[in-house]
Amino acid sequence: MRIALFVTCIGDTVRPEVGRATVTVLERLGHEVVFPADQTCCGQMHRNSGYPVEAEALASRFVELFSDYDTVVSPSSSCVGTMREMHPELEGRLFELSELLVGRLGVTDVGASFPYRVAYHPTCHSLRVTRVGDAPLALLGAVDGLELVALAEAQECCGFGGTFAIKNADTSSAMVNDKCKAIIASGASVVTALDSSCLLQIGGRLSREGAAVQALHLAEILAHPAAA
Amino acid sequence: MSPASGLGEGVDQAPAIGAAIRPFAAAAHDALADQQLRSNLRNATTTIREKRARVVAELPDWQQLREAGRAIKADVLAHLDDYLLQFEQAASAAGGHVHWAQGAAEANSLVLAVARAHSVTELVKVKSLTTDEIGLNAALAAGGVQALETDLAELILQLDGDWSSHILVPAIHRNRSEIRDLFRRTIADRDVSDDPRELAEASRRYLRRKFLNARMAVSGANFAVAETGTVCVVESEGNGRMCTTLPPVLVTILGIEKLVPTFADLEVFLQLLPRSSTAERMNPYTSLWTGITPGDGPQEFHVILLDAGRTRVLSDEVGRVALHCIRCSACSNVCPVYTRTGGHAYGSTNPGPIGAILTPQLLGIEHASSLPFASSLCGACYEVCPVKIDIPSVLVHLRAKAVQADAKEGERLMMSSAAWVFGGRRRFRLATWLGRLSQRPFVRGTTIRRLPGPLAGWTRTRDLPRLAPQTFRAWWRHRE
Repeated sequence: MRIALFVTCIGDTVRPEVGRATVTVLERLGHEVVFPADQTCCGQMHRNSGYPVEAEALASRFVELFSDYDTVVSPSSSCVGTMREMHPELEGRLFELSELLVGRLGVTDVGASFPYRVAYHPTCHSLRVTRVGDAPLALLGAVDGLELVALAEAQECCGFGGTFAIKNADTSSAMVNDKCKAIIASGASVVTALDSSCLLQIGGRLSREGAAVQALHLAEILAHPAAA
Repeated sequence: MSPASGLGEGVDQAPAIGAAIRPFAAAAHDALADQQLRSNLRNATTTIREKRARVVAELPDWQQLREAGRAIKADVLAHLDDYLLQFEQAASAAGGHVHWAQGAAEANSLVLAVARAHSVTELVKVKSLTTDEIGLNAALAAGGVQALETDLAELILQLDGDWSSHILVPAIHRNRSEIRDLFRRTIADRDVSDDPRELAEASRRYLRRKFLNARMAVSGANFAVAETGTVCVVESEGNGRMCTTLPPVLVTILGIEKLVPTFADLEVFLQLLPRSSTAERMNPYTSLWTGITPGDGPQEFHVILLDAGRTRVLSDEVGRVALHCIRCSACSNVCPVYTRTGGHAYGSTNPGPIGAILTPQLLGIEHASSLPFASSLCGACYEVCPVKIDIPSVLVHLRAKAVQADAKEGERLMMSSAAWVFGGRRRFRLATWLGRLSQRPFVRGTTIRRLPGPLAGWTRTRDLPRLAPQTFRAWWRHRE
C-alpha cells in the first residue's frame, strides 16, 4: 500500500527518530511510504492556544497537501485526532500509526524484538479524542521479548497540554512529577506512548531527575528488528 | 469566642462580585506549595472517583441517560422563555410569589425585603452555590440579617471565615483536626474529639436549636419543574429538609437554567446526579415542594428567578452548553489540574473544569481570562459529565475569546510568527536552522537544561531535547 507520512513539526525537528522508525516499520511490512515535502504543522498549537484563524489556515493547508493520498499516517494521536475533529472528511483516510497497523492493515506482529520492561502511557488524546482503543497494546504484546508492566493511574494526564506546559508550568510540573513517580515505581526501563509531545514532557522530567528510564515512541520500539 | 461571634465575620472572603479573579497560574503556584492541601485533595478525590466509576458501571443504560440529560437541557435552553413563563404561572397558581432578578444586587435585595417584612434578623440556609455566586450572605449581613449555613461543610467554612473549594464538598481542603479545633473554639457545648461522629453530633446539637427557632429559610434549587411549578432540592444531611419544612417563610433563589420541562424529566436527573456526585444510587434527601400547602410547611414561599449573566451565556452558541451543568462535581474529581491545585485557585464559586468554562462566561471573559487556559485539555471531564458537556471544546472556544480580550503582544507576535513559519516549507526550514543556531549556548550534550524567557517555565523542572542536528526531512532527502 502507498502510505503518505505526516511526520509532525515536533517529529521533523526535535524527534526525527520517530519518523524514521515509522518508515522502517511500514517498509518492513512491504508498504511504500511517501513524504509530501511541503508539510509543516497541523495547526493544533494555534487552535488550542486561542488562535483559530491561524489554526484553520494551517489545517486547510494540511488537508490540501494530503488530498491526493488515500491513506495518510502520522505517529501522533494528538495531531491526528485534532485534524479529524477540525476536518471530519479526513475520517477513514488519516490514521495514527497503531490505528493504521492494527485497524486498517490488520497487523499486530510487525516483526520487532525489544527485550525490555516497558510501561505504556495511554495519552489523553489517544484515549479520548483519537480513540485508538487496544491497538497499541496489541502491538506491544506481539513484540518479541518485551515485558509489559502495569502503570499505576495510567490514564492520568502527563501534564503536557501544549502551551499549558508553559502557561501553567507549576501545575504541569506537578502532574508530570506524579506521572514519573508512577513510571519509576512500575519498574520499567522504557516508557512508551503514541505522542512525541507527551514524551518530551515525560522524558524531560525523567532526564531532569536522572532516572534510568527512557521515553520512547511506540514506533521506535516497533522498529527494533527481530533477532535473526 | 461565643458561637454567635464566630459568625458573620469574613463570610465574604470569596472573590468579590464583579471583580476580576486572580490569574490562575499565580493562584495555582501558591496552592501547589501546600502539601497538606494536595494530599487532602488527592485522598478525597481518588476515593470518590473510584466509587463513582463503580455505581455508574451498574447502569447498562448510562450512556442513554447522559444523552437524555443532555437533550432535556438543550431543549430547556432553546425554549427557556416559554418554560420560565410556564413555571411562573404554575408556581403562582400554587400560592408561591414569583420574582425576577436580573443581577445579584436585585436578588439580594428581594431576599432582604422579605426578611424585613417579617422582622427576621437571622435565617437558616440550605447549601446553595447560586447564593454564593451572588454574595447573598454578605449582602444580608450588610442589611442586618445573619444567614446561617446549615450544611455541615458550609457551616465549617462560615465559622472560620473560609470559602468553598469544591462544588459538592465545600470543605474538601480542611481536615478533621482542623475542624475539631474550630468547633472547640466556636459551637461545641462540650468537648469534642476529631471523630467524625462527634463532630457531626456537635454541629447537630448546635443546628437543631437554630432550626427550631428559625422563622425564615433560604434555599437554592437543583431543579425546578416548569409544568408544575415544583422546586427540587437534593441533599445528604437532612439540613435542607429542615430548612424547607420548619420555618414559616421560605425563599428560593433559582438560576433560570435549572428548569426542566416536566415532572417526569426529573427521573433522568435524579439518576444522573447522585451517581455522579456522591457516588450513591440515590441521595438520602430529595425535597420537592410546589407553592404552599395550608397547614403544612412554610406558609409563605417566594421564588426568585435569577439571570446574573445566564442570558449572556445563552447567547453564545458554543459556550451555552455550560448551562447544562447540574453541579455534580464529577469533572473536578477527575481533573488532573483541580486535584492538584484545589478549588480556590479558580477564584470563583464554581471551581474545576466546569468553573473554567462557566466563570468567564458569567463574569465576562475580561474578568477571568486565565481560566480557559487552566486545563491540559485531557478530556477526562467530558468523559464523566452526566449531561455530556464537551468542556474541552468550550475551553478552546473561550481561549480564542480570551486572546481577543487581552492576549499579551509578545504572545500574539510569537503565534503569528509561528503561523507564518508553518505556512511554507522553506520558511520552516529556515526557522529550524535559526533555532539550531540560537540554541547553541544552551545545549549540554544533547539536552537543554535552562532557557530564558517564557520557555524558562519548561526548563525549571524539565529538560528539553535540542533541535535535532538532522531533521526528518533532511534525512528523507538524503535517503532519496
